Amino acid sequence: MIEAVLEPGGDAATALYIVAFSLFIIGIKQGTHPTSAKRGNLIAAGGMVVAVITTLLLDGIGNWGLIALGLGIGSAIGVIASVRVQMTEMPQMVALYNGVGGGAVALIAWSEIRHGISLGEEIPLDTLIPVLFAGVVGSISFWGSNIAFAKLQDLIPTRPLAIPGQQVINVVLLLGIVAGCVDIATNNGDPSQAIFIGILIAAALLGNLVVLPIGGADMPVVISLLNAFTGLSAAAAGFALDNVALIVAGTLVGSSGTILTMEMATAMNRSVANVLFAGFGGAPAGGGGGSGEERPHVSIGAQDAAIKLAYADSVVIVPGYGLAVAQAQHAIKEVADELEKRGVTVNYAIHPVAGRMPGHMNVLLAEADVPYEQLREMEDINPEMPRTDVAVIVGANDVTNPAAKNDPDSPIAGMPIIEVTEAQQVIVIKRSLSPGFAGIDNDLFYEPNTSMLFADAKQAAAEIAGEIQNL
Amino acid sequence: MSLFTEITIFVLAVFVGFEVISKVPTTLHTPLMSQTNAIHGIVMLGGLIVVGYANDPLEYVIGTIAIAFGAINIVGGFMVTDRMLGMFSKKPKPKADADGKGGSS
Repeated sequence: MIEAVLEPGGDAATALYIVAFSLFIIGIKQGTHPTSAKRGNLIAAGGMVVAVITTLLLDGIGNWGLIALGLGIGSAIGVIASVRVQMTEMPQMVALYNGVGGGAVALIAWSEIRHGISLGEEIPLDTLIPVLFAGVVGSISFWGSNIAFAKLQDLIPTRPLAIPGQQVINVVLLLGIVAGCVDIATNNGDPSQAIFIGILIAAALLGNLVVLPIGGADMPVVISLLNAFTGLSAAAAGFALDNVALIVAGTLVGSSGTILTMEMATAMNRSVANVLFAGFGGAPAGGGGGSGEERPHVSIGAQDAAIKLAYADSVVIVPGYGLAVAQAQHAIKEVADELEKRGVTVNYAIHPVAGRMPGHMNVLLAEADVPYEQLREMEDINPEMPRTDVAVIVGANDVTNPAAKNDPDSPIAGMPIIEVTEAQQVIVIKRSLSPGFAGIDNDLFYEPNTSMLFADAKQAAAEIAGEIQNL
Repeated sequence: MSLFTEITIFVLAVFVGFEVISKVPTTLHTPLMSQTNAIHGIVMLGGLIVVGYANDPLEYVIGTIAIAFGAINIVGGFMVTDRMLGMFSKKPKPKADADGKGGSS
């Protein structure tokens, strides 16, 4: 049995917590470059070890059997999940981890309330209010993340699912939560546990109802936002427990999630509120030509595509969500390898919202051993487009739609795009002419210098690589 | 710790967070997200604390699940981030295998 040696809130414990959160900050700071990021992650993990050990040494820590059980089960699941997960599944993994974090916060809040009630004393408001906040936000985050996970894992349909009167129900739930919190806060001498559980349930419903109507394409924004929520709820738990490590770490995560959410929304030229409440992608939108009419387009096969690519000087590959779905990253890399053997310059143009979460495409391409230097951000590659011979679009759609620039009435008007129409020729590898998530037709497909290659991205890329070899 | 000391820490942490995180390039946003995910696993400390004063079966269960959730978050989060970042740092091989998992070492 370990003897408790540190006084909770005492100098030694606080000093160690300061060491822990400093390591988190240093760890994140190292994450600004791929070569130092791995070390940064280890530094942050080291901070976590310090924080956990410090807490285990606090006076008042007990029930060691339960602690060992929880740590054992959680660690085992964490290890297995992180070793097994495919890189394409990373967004749902992050959503799931985020969910359990939120769930933990909500459970801790519940436990705090029970503890407060059992003491039979008035619970000070500077403890009670953070506990209520942690419970509500943690519960929303847990359920919202689980729905996001289920959508990304295709357990439930990714298209927006809306029920009639959705907004009204959300508002009623939110008002109910606020009313419940006010009731508990005003009766802090003897708060009702039943009302607290009711609040957790209402927050759970709200988490479900807010995320269900959001389409698959908007998931990156939702995951970032829920990440921020979980972080803030952890910080609130830190206020309740007077734990400085929790406050700082939770706040860092809250800032991170907030920044990423705003960046995502900017990259889609939409507000966060619009993402959450508009149900975008559900209704067929007007702009960009009717979806029913047949418009002329050029369709080519793998061999033609191979010839176009092999005799180009510079090629830009624009990967999108479809590449992730088809798991085509390795096949595309093979095409790039074949082209480079022939002296063709190959770059990858990464739109900020390509893939299913911020930076997801970079991870997928890194997995396929694409050198970091070839992964070019949108602002960086666009000026080079006019000097590009062939732009190959693999499973991307809306992020290349010229309507965003040319058609002020388009639903995606103003969204920054990768300006592939500037390239001499465009090859679009796609299953069909069907519109992307935004539900709008892509004028790019009907441009005279665009060739459509209708196929599964992975298969098409493998065929093109083979054809280039045979040239 | 007084409430206002805590609020001071919170506000400063907001600024530090924005400052540090806005320097992370888009390329590394997925690993960043999974790393910050692991960091908010720090809520496990809360689980460790509350299980200490748990005194009925329900509280035992709540506390243990909270610890397990936190541990999934911490262990899984840091490990998966490490795996992802390993992919950014490894040397390009002449030929990538078609279905390889890669980087789990």
